[in-house]
Amino acid sequence: MRLSDAAISAVDALRLNKLRSALTMLGIIIGVAAVIAMVAVGGGAREQVVAQIRSLGANLLVVMPGNITQGGVRLGSGAASTLTDEDSTAIAAEVPNVQVTSPYIRGTAQLIASGVNWSTSVFGIDLGWFEAREWEVERGREFEPEEIARGAQVALLGQTVARNLYGGLDPVGQELRIRNVPFRVTGIMARKGQSTWGQDQDDVVFVPLNTARQRVLGRNLANARAVGAIYVKVREGESLAQSEDDVKALLRQRHRIQPGQEDDFSIRNLADIAATREASARTLALLLAAVAGVSLAVGGIGIMNIMLVSVTERTREIGLRLAVGARRRDILRQFLFEAAGLAAIGGAVGVVIGVAAAYIISNAAGWPLLIQPESVLLAVAFSGLVGVFFGWYPALRASRLDPIEALRHA
Amino acid sequence: MALIETERLTRLYRLGAETVQALADVTLSIGEGEFVAVMGPSGSGKSTFMNVIGCLDRPTSGSYRLEGETVSALGGDALAAIRNRKMGFVFQQFHLLDRLDAFGNVELPLIYAGMDRARRGERAAAALRRVGLGERMHHRPTQLSGGQQQRVAIARAIVNGPKVLLADEPTGALDSRTSIEIMALFQQLNRDGTTVLVVTHEADVARYASRVIRFLDGRVQGDARQAPTDAAADLAALRRAPAPEPAGAAPCG
Ligand SMILES: Nc1ncnc2c1ncn2[C@@H]1O[C@H](COP(=O)(O)OP(=O)(O)OP(=O)(O)O)[C@@H](O)[C@H]1O
Ligand SMILES: [Mg+2]
Repeated sequence: MRLSDAAISAVDALRLNKLRSALTMLGIIIGVAAVIAMVAVGGGAREQVVAQIRSLGANLLVVMPGNITQGGVRLGSGAASTLTDEDSTAIAAEVPNVQVTSPYIRGTAQLIASGVNWSTSVFGIDLGWFEAREWEVERGREFEPEEIARGAQVALLGQTVARNLYGGLDPVGQELRIRNVPFRVTGIMARKGQSTWGQDQDDVVFVPLNTARQRVLGRNLANARAVGAIYVKVREGESLAQSEDDVKALLRQRHRIQPGQEDDFSIRNLADIAATREASARTLALLLAAVAGVSLAVGGIGIMNIMLVSVTERTREIGLRLAVGARRRDILRQFLFEAAGLAAIGGAVGVVIGVAAAYIISNAAGWPLLIQPESVLLAVAFSGLVGVFFGWYPALRASRLDPIEALRHA
Repeated sequence: MALIETERLTRLYRLGAETVQALADVTLSIGEGEFVAVMGPSGSGKSTFMNVIGCLDRPTSGSYRLEGETVSALGGDALAAIRNRKMGFVFQQFHLLDRLDAFGNVELPLIYAGMDRARRGERAAAALRRVGLGERMHHRPTQLSGGQQQRVAIARAIVNGPKVLLADEPTGALDSRTSIEIMALFQQLNRDGTTVLVVTHEADVARYASRVIRFLDGRVQGDARQAPTDAAADLAALRRAPAPEPAGAAPCG
């Protein structure tokens, strides 16, 4: 018997019982869809983490105030005002291998420009920001050192803010009101895209640190020099972990923390954040892999079940085929083809559904859609294999039937 | 050298402690071009004999030579090839596949012969024309009468040009007139060179054979040659005087 004839015969048999075939495929469909979605989502998430680390700037430590104990109650990270711009200066001066530091504070404020309103994040920064975050001014200019020192009323706009306030017009040199305080726009920042936390990093306005404290966000009552966080950029090729230890030692000394006492700040490096993200992506992938594995197995057992039923139903047909000259291996192949066909068609449908699911998930999570053609091929091939594996036993039973008894079967 | 030669052919069935002798020491020889009717009471071993001769079954002991080749020594694939190329089976229950049309059913043996589609088409169409169903090639079995279904089955049996046509009670499910039509077709095929073996209970059907072999309890009880009645002539006579059907005709009352 020719292979093409065997394939045609298998498709005919599957078409005869369309509903049954479709129901039998369901397990495989779900399994393959899960695999495709898993690989796409996992790959997309990983891709995005890498991109975001790149967008934040490499070799970066983030120092945040935090964890001070007040009468036994531990306050959350960032709740305290233990970190100052003097700490930042000290780190830059005293810790070896530090390229630049950048203290900042942030808050939200209402912006008005020529009658248009926009609420956005306001960052008070100093000159270190641009280098630490590897974030450049696209049009116009950075702040002057003199403007930073004086607390001048100048602002740099993120792309989203510029677009929403000025539309297509050039905002450089224009007037802008932040919480009703007049500012002059000196430039527009380059596009940065989404952050690790899914925020639009371009929905932002930058002003000098002192200006933010004095005129926009208000002074911290407990500590006038407090900052929200400090970015510490370590020189390329130097050990991030070593610098982390050095910064920690310096700050403990500056904050007069006794041995045995907890830090009143925390240091995170972006590699850790990335690792956390990747770990959760991996958890998701494992979950999907488990779903895929279970449903492929269940789907395979479903195929085995239906094929056993089909062999019984078609006992007379098998007897007849043997009588007109089918060899045992022709019968084996016929039923294997049907099982593999069920699984492979189920696999193909699963791929379509999986791609759709991946598209929806990545759209919702704001991840790039990443579907490798290899994974699609692998899924279809694998489900075909599941069909062959679970179809083997029924096919073997069919091929071992005694032709005379099979022909006599009711 | 005869076409079919058996020597002390025996087929036993073991049922628990008991042993049933379905065939016992059957020594026969059937020449090319013979038309044999196999008769005998129920359970006498007729079907078992046909199955062994058709290579669907193997004897427990004894030997079977087909065209001088000892078939009882062959393996499964070789037997399948013999069934495919040298044997044609016709059954009482037709055994057509309902999901295929007449053409598809007749094509089956050619598919297992590994023939390409174009040649299969020619051969299947020729076989269907030969049994008088040239106009019904794309009818399904459910859309055909019993006699027409049996013709499709006969077309399937002869499509690969077999040496031997084996029919186990081919007219058992048909009325007497249709039975004569089927026998006329067998006589036609026999005249064209095919050796025919027909199992039947009815003397009316056995009349058309040139030799009658009788079984009893798995043994050959009688073996006689006779002058066959011409089925085509009977049909013509029926057509001239259609009034009273011969005895044992369509079931009524
Ligand atoms: N698979 C089997 N297992 C056990 N005994 C069997 C089997 N097939 C046939 N037999 C026995 O072998 C004997 C011959 O059976 P066979 O079918 O050849 O008879 P037959 O002449 O064709 O009868 P009928 O006219 O009723 O078709 C019977 O006694 C039957 O019971
Ligand atoms: Mg019988």
